[in-house]
Amino acid sequence: MKPVFVRPQSLTDKPFHFCPGCHHGVIHRLVAEAIDRFGVRERTIAAASVGCSVFLYDYFDIDVVESPHGRAPAVATGIKRTNPDKFVFIYQGDGDLAAIGTAEIIHAANRGENLTVVFVNNTVYGMTGGQMAPTTLLGQPTTTSPYGREFGQDGYPIKMTEMLAQLEGVGFAARVAVDTPARLAQARKAVFRAFETQLEEKGMGFVEILSSCPTNWGMKPLEAVRRIEREMIPYFPLGVYKERKGSDAL
Amino acid sequence: MPTETVKSLLTPGTHYMSGNEAVAEGALAAGCDFYAGYPITPSSEIMEHMARRLPELGRRFAQMEDEIASVCAVIGASWAGARAMTATSGPGFSLMMEALGYAAFTETPMVIVDVQRAGPCTGQATRVGAGDVMQAKWGSHGDYQPVALSPWSAQEMYDMGGEAFNLAERYRVPVIVLAEEAVGHLYERIDVPPSTRVVRRERDPGAAPFGTKEPDGVPPMPAFGDGALLLVTGSTHDPRGFRRTEDPDVHRRLVERLSRKILARRSEICRTEAHLLEDAEAAFVAYGFTARSALEAVRQLRAQGRRVGLLRLQTLWPFPREAVADLGRRVCRILVPEMNLGQVEGEVRKAAGCPVATYHQVDGQVIHPDALVSWALEVT
Ligand SMILES: Cc1ncc(C[n+]2csc(CCOP(=O)(O)OP(=O)(O)O)c2C)c(N)n1
Repeated sequence: MKPVFVRPQSLTDKPFHFCPGCHHGVIHRLVAEAIDRFGVRERTIAAASVGCSVFLYDYFDIDVVESPHGRAPAVATGIKRTNPDKFVFIYQGDGDLAAIGTAEIIHAANRGENLTVVFVNNTVYGMTGGQMAPTTLLGQPTTTSPYGREFGQDGYPIKMTEMLAQLEGVGFAARVAVDTPARLAQARKAVFRAFETQLEEKGMGFVEILSSCPTNWGMKPLEAVRRIEREMIPYFPLGVYKERKGSDAL
Repeated sequence: MPTETVKSLLTPGTHYMSGNEAVAEGALAAGCDFYAGYPITPSSEIMEHMARRLPELGRRFAQMEDEIASVCAVIGASWAGARAMTATSGPGFSLMMEALGYAAFTETPMVIVDVQRAGPCTGQATRVGAGDVMQAKWGSHGDYQPVALSPWSAQEMYDMGGEAFNLAERYRVPVIVLAEEAVGHLYERIDVPPSTRVVRRERDPGAAPFGTKEPDGVPPMPAFGDGALLLVTGSTHDPRGFRRTEDPDVHRRLVERLSRKILARRSEICRTEAHLLEDAEAAFVAYGFTARSALEAVRQLRAQGRRVGLLRLQTLWPFPREAVADLGRRVCRILVPEMNLGQVEGEVRKAAGCPVATYHQVDGQVIHPDALVSWALEVT
């Protein structure tokens, strides 16, 4: 019998602990597929963030460093510059990357570090119990924006992909979602491109993935998936924002 | 200092709430009108409570991008005239250290609630510890004297939430409420008094804002916009606030005054509580949640005929040296249990002048009274 669906080799067989309907598991799988696709498992090192992705080491059959909150791009810079032949990816949540770690991601991008970044935007701080994130949508209630996010009080949801795409050091920047099979296929492509960007030494390969957090949104998994299309995608448009082509290497 | 009595915000009488909610309510009652913070377990409920309550009261709340920005916003708000605070836990407290020194050096009144978890580093985010005691004192570089309080109950979280502001304003100093996870997450009864005493900032825009004639004085504090032509700087400054970055006398006078203004007032700042010490032959010296276990251990030991008491430290910095020295003269042995590897014990040894035994527990759990009873039986 020909298997039609198998676990990527880079994923361990440990069941995901994530809440029902959370997209971290799907995104983990995409990253594992990319590691397999480019055959880099034996030389891959991940810098995980503090957040729900802190459990990354449980699921990936690779070396992992859990960086201090927000600092994964800096830790990864040290790893990659010491060991340029390793494949180094960063996996960060939106609190981690777009709040406390804003300086680190912007400067790693601006330095053109050859790193692959997987940025999971679920519009809340998941692990700590649903506080407002920099990406929280206007009107969205969270435990620290109990009256709904309001721009006069909390500012606007931050668009990291658009921001980072402006920087010369970024070779690839895209925003994707994994809420439908078609978008999942696009997301896979983008993650693969972000991997290739590092392998081709074209600077930072950055993918923002819109993700659900049913628990902290107070929604059932299906409602949460629908929210991605209804509320998130209109504000966070999907697409490739930057792609450095063949010869114009950094 | 101008002091007034203001009506409490909550209905006077009995309430049931967590320590984290209580410290927020206590601060609000004492006029806290600005909060800036960044979420972190096990302190987040303070921020969440403030996010709801401050707008309700027409006061200001800001979620910042990290703890460095949070504490700096608090410093800015304080100089703009607010009673400002933030709350955090170990990793965030570590990030605040540069600004804590800035606040001490610029004599900025502000309150930081540190709900301690099991460190170091990310450690055990949801578990208890008391490992930040020395950090609260020594965490920023250079010589300075912060004030740190150690609550043992939800009631004391409420009381100290207010008292911290009064101390901060009176001595122009950052005040740290060194709570612990077990106290922050403790749900218990608190009694809200009908009114709260509020120490107001002494404002004298003509006076020198950063110096006094006395070597241990606290200068009056203007706010931005008061007409004082204010310059606030983290560099060495003279009494008027002008930078004097190469003058040895100005530096020495300032650094010494900042320490002396706190140390000379130890007797009015430091609070301790004596439990069953009159006839005690041995005594626990404990603080925070551990003092609850120690008190229970004292009761059990007394039931077995042992003359044991408890000196509870409500102030940790400045260290209540006199109270401990006095205890050391009256008992044969002092017992110091801590949820760290020995941080207050050294201070007790320096002050006590009698044998000191220590008990350390760093497993992310509170110390059980039974453990203290067996230990006390062993060492006394
Ligand atoms: C210095 C510091 N501040 C705060 C925290 C608490 N903290 C842990 S994870 C987290 C946010 C996680 O949210 P996000 O990055 O959006 O990831 P998610 O859990 O949603 O995947 C915070 C604030 C910490 N660990 N360190």
